[in-house]
Amino acid sequence: MCYADRMPRWLAHVVVVAVFAALVAAAFARIEYAWNWAGVWEYRQKFVQGWLATVGISFAALVVSMLVGGVAALCLSSRLPLVEAVGRVYVEFIRGTPLLVQLLIGFYVVASAVGLDNRYVVGTLVLSLFSGAYMAEIFRGGLAAIPQAQRDSARAIGLTPWQTLRLVILPQALRLVLPPVAGQLVSLIKDSSLLSVIAISEFTLNAQEVNAFTYSTLESYLPLAAGYLLLTLPLSALARWLESRVRFEA
Amino acid sequence: MLLHARDLVQRFDGTTVLDGLSLTTGDIQSLVLVGPSGGGKTTLLRILSGLDVPAGGSVSFDGVPLPRDEAALRDYRRTVGTVFQAYNLFPHLSALDNLLLPLVHVHGLTPAAARERVREPLERFHLAAHAHKRPAELSGGQKQRIAILRALVVRPRRLFFDEPTSALDPEMTSEVLEMIRKLKAEGVQFVMVTHEMAFARSIADEIAFVSDGRVLASGAPADILDRCADERLRSFFSRILI
Repeated sequence: MCYADRMPRWLAHVVVVAVFAALVAAAFARIEYAWNWAGVWEYRQKFVQGWLATVGISFAALVVSMLVGGVAALCLSSRLPLVEAVGRVYVEFIRGTPLLVQLLIGFYVVASAVGLDNRYVVGTLVLSLFSGAYMAEIFRGGLAAIPQAQRDSARAIGLTPWQTLRLVILPQALRLVLPPVAGQLVSLIKDSSLLSVIAISEFTLNAQEVNAFTYSTLESYLPLAAGYLLLTLPLSALARWLESRVRFEA
Repeated sequence: MLLHARDLVQRFDGTTVLDGLSLTTGDIQSLVLVGPSGGGKTTLLRILSGLDVPAGGSVSFDGVPLPRDEAALRDYRRTVGTVFQAYNLFPHLSALDNLLLPLVHVHGLTPAAARERVREPLERFHLAAHAHKRPAELSGGQKQRIAILRALVVRPRRLFFDEPTSALDPEMTSEVLEMIRKLKAEGVQFVMVTHEMAFARSIADEIAFVSDGRVLASGAPADILDRCADERLRSFFSRILI
């Protein structure tokens, strides 16, 4: 048995990251890139402000998109044709069209028409509706994966439909949907970068502006990548921890 | 219990599963339903236990008719217990929590009172050592005995068993049948679907032979198993009895 079979998991991660970083560094060394960090450092406040805006927008959209996704999943699972159709049309339209178009129409057409002019609110809502459509399919799949026998058993002991959902179905569905939900939330955080097209001063827009001021493209965008990782990596870690907490064999 | 079922009809997707089934028992403690697969035994049991509503006909226990609307039927299900072929324990809960869930959430006991309620039965059926295991860590026989306890600890008026040993090997089967035998001795009323003929003969006060969606014969075990004249019964028994 070789050492690679027995090495601690954290060490394996460190090794892989180090090798990857070395490859990237080698690539930069080979093109002899002239770094200009000083120019970008002048604008560090913009990165911080933009990052905080992205954190706020992402967190709000994360909560709202799960609520939207939950309601839409119940619509998709409904026995009433009209309710099911509402859920289905919503999911297919949102998933089938670009977020860019949804943002432009949502802000310049829908929000203008109803007199909603706070672009941060509109942007967060559009992002939530976008992500909610993906959540809906994840939740629906999780609910559908619980065997009918579990519902029978819940009815047999006299649980109400609401108790059945709360005590029997959701705890089991949670285990199934955690990994894909975590993946969707990571996507949501990165998708928030598109809010820059309706002039929301989030992380990506600020990096673009710094780039325009300094002409230092890589120095502007590398911190951008690092900033998103700073959000997504803990989220993934949290999801894996939760997954281990709710694990059981069916 | 006095069971009176009249003209029960049940259809699924155009297939008639119960075809005007009628059955009247004496005042008995245990009724066993036997018959070929697909004959309607489980469908009948699901109606008797309040899980399904028949498309037609009526059922009464001790003169009280079963309701047809879901809320009243739920109240009825809370007074009886049902045990399924595939255990149907909740896999995300420990054996103990499976027992506590109906006591706390349906019957309003405090968690402490519920624990007290299940302590003695767990010990009596030698399951106390396994109470903190999840269903996946239990043997088939242990799972089924926990499932029976879950139905029992709410102090139901009667139990319904749907082929409780069909998924078990012979050793576990005898574990579960022994438990049911004990319950009979303690005076628990039940209706049971089973293919265990020897067990049916020894445990049943009455046996009903269900085939093609009807009761072809019912009565004392000896009358049904030994002296029955019906051709379909004799061919059924000759196939399953050695």
